[in-house]
Amino acid sequence: MSHITQLAAIIATVSFILALHWMNDPKTARRGVYAGVVGMTIAILATWIQPEIVHHGWIVIAIAAGFLVGVPLSRVPLTAVPQRTALSHAFGGLAAGLVGVAEYYLWLREGPEHFTTFRMTALVAEIILGFLTFTGSLMATGKLQEVKWIPQRPVTYPGQNLVNLGVLAGAVVLGGLIVAHPTAAWAATWFPGIVVLALLFGVLLIIPIGGADMPTVISILNAYAGLSAVAMGFVLDNRLLVTAGALDGSSGLILSIIMCRAMNRSFANVLFGAFGAAPKAQAAGEQKEWKQESVEGAAQILEQARMVVIIPGYGMAVAQAQHKAQELYEQLTRRGVMVKFAIHPVAGRMPGHMNVLLAEANVPYSALAEMDEINPEMPQADVALVVGANDVVNPAARTAKGSPIYGMPIIDADKARTVLAIKRSKNPGFAGIDNELYTKDNTWMLFGDAKSVLGDLVKQFSTSGLH
Amino acid sequence: MVDYWSMAFVFVLATFIGLGVIRRVSRLLHTPLMSLTNAISAIAVVGSLAVTGSDYPKGIRLLGAVALFASMTNIVSGFLITDRMLKMFKKE
Repeated sequence: MSHITQLAAIIATVSFILALHWMNDPKTARRGVYAGVVGMTIAILATWIQPEIVHHGWIVIAIAAGFLVGVPLSRVPLTAVPQRTALSHAFGGLAAGLVGVAEYYLWLREGPEHFTTFRMTALVAEIILGFLTFTGSLMATGKLQEVKWIPQRPVTYPGQNLVNLGVLAGAVVLGGLIVAHPTAAWAATWFPGIVVLALLFGVLLIIPIGGADMPTVISILNAYAGLSAVAMGFVLDNRLLVTAGALDGSSGLILSIIMCRAMNRSFANVLFGAFGAAPKAQAAGEQKEWKQESVEGAAQILEQARMVVIIPGYGMAVAQAQHKAQELYEQLTRRGVMVKFAIHPVAGRMPGHMNVLLAEANVPYSALAEMDEINPEMPQADVALVVGANDVVNPAARTAKGSPIYGMPIIDADKARTVLAIKRSKNPGFAGIDNELYTKDNTWMLFGDAKSVLGDLVKQFSTSGLH
Repeated sequence: MVDYWSMAFVFVLATFIGLGVIRRVSRLLHTPLMSLTNAISAIAVVGSLAVTGSDYPKGIRLLGAVALFASMTNIVSGFLITDRMLKMFKKE
């Protein structure tokens, strides 16, 4: 490796670290993107000008195709960002897997001196991680995009975990055998088997996972994609790949931990627990009454409040209600009401999803509060307005020991003086658990589509003489 | 052999730097963070580029070209969408 590539690798690593560092504040964050672009460009050019690169045609075509697909992918609506992210994990995994396969056949051609145990182990890891990330992320993309032939609800069957682990174990054992006997005649024949098993495992891994677990799953796939890049760095003896992959991997790891904590679940439980499938709402012994409120009444309650906390959930995104929520925010703020949005870490379909949707709707980020930040203030709130959120405000998480969400940290909506909850129907939420918040004495329900209910509320403020 | 250990060393250090830096990232920005790290880990592009452009058999170079396309897509869409999202975050 030449001095130029080594120097470029150092510069690129520094700019990637700075890029992530600048993400610690929305004010400096855009600088981070530029740093990333600079680092990436330097790394690509330094590689491209190396003397061993002799064919340029396909490089130009592949790069042009990357732009052709990448630019439209960057313009998707923000509600579709989780799908796009999952798809890019898939691309990352695919790239690692393919380069791994290419290297293997190259070594096979060039002779046995390439097959050291270390390199072969890294290569097998690269291929397994790369291809399982590829199909797993494609499945996640399909589920998020609600592609028809991929079931949204978790699919479970008896012995599922055994089958899944069996397939993974098969890939690992086969990989191990090939690492041990890389030059055996059967090794080359059976090598594609690793690829097939890894591809299969990725699909099986995601089948039992439901929509509510997507934030965690996307984060875990993020970590896998990073690790596959690290493995590729080991295979190619390239430090830049190792550092950049490690940065990506640790980001995925931290996000996974945050997501798991926010649901009070372990990695293993997310991957093998099939959340959202099993527990049907029990026919509650004493069915408490829901109290309904009219839009006019709700507007009056909001009008008289000093502090309103809006708690958005995935339902807000589904109903595309974020712009109406912003209008309500503006109307209330103009009347001197303090309004905050309380964001649960797992609200939405990926980490930080609600923040992006609200930012797009022009809600300033100073009005967005994290769960830990807002909970101490909830007793002072006059109104908690729940928009399309359910499990993240369910007090059962605190009290009901048998409940699947028991122990999950929630936003304390029930501690506000009055709770207004917008809900499409009386059906229980994603996890199929009754929400006692809705039947509390100080809770009033507003039934209907979140967008139209919020729209009607805004109309109350803009047309009527309320002041 | 020695070189592999230095690679492992680099990996461990980079992971710790990653954990330290990412832990401080604003929680508001977790979605753009993910698209940014996505673009950064598409640094796999340098591996694909070398495979595509070197004097190897066509089949191997074709695998490289597909990988190059996939990485490039991630780089382009990752950086662009991150910037697009970050532009939307306004304080007031």
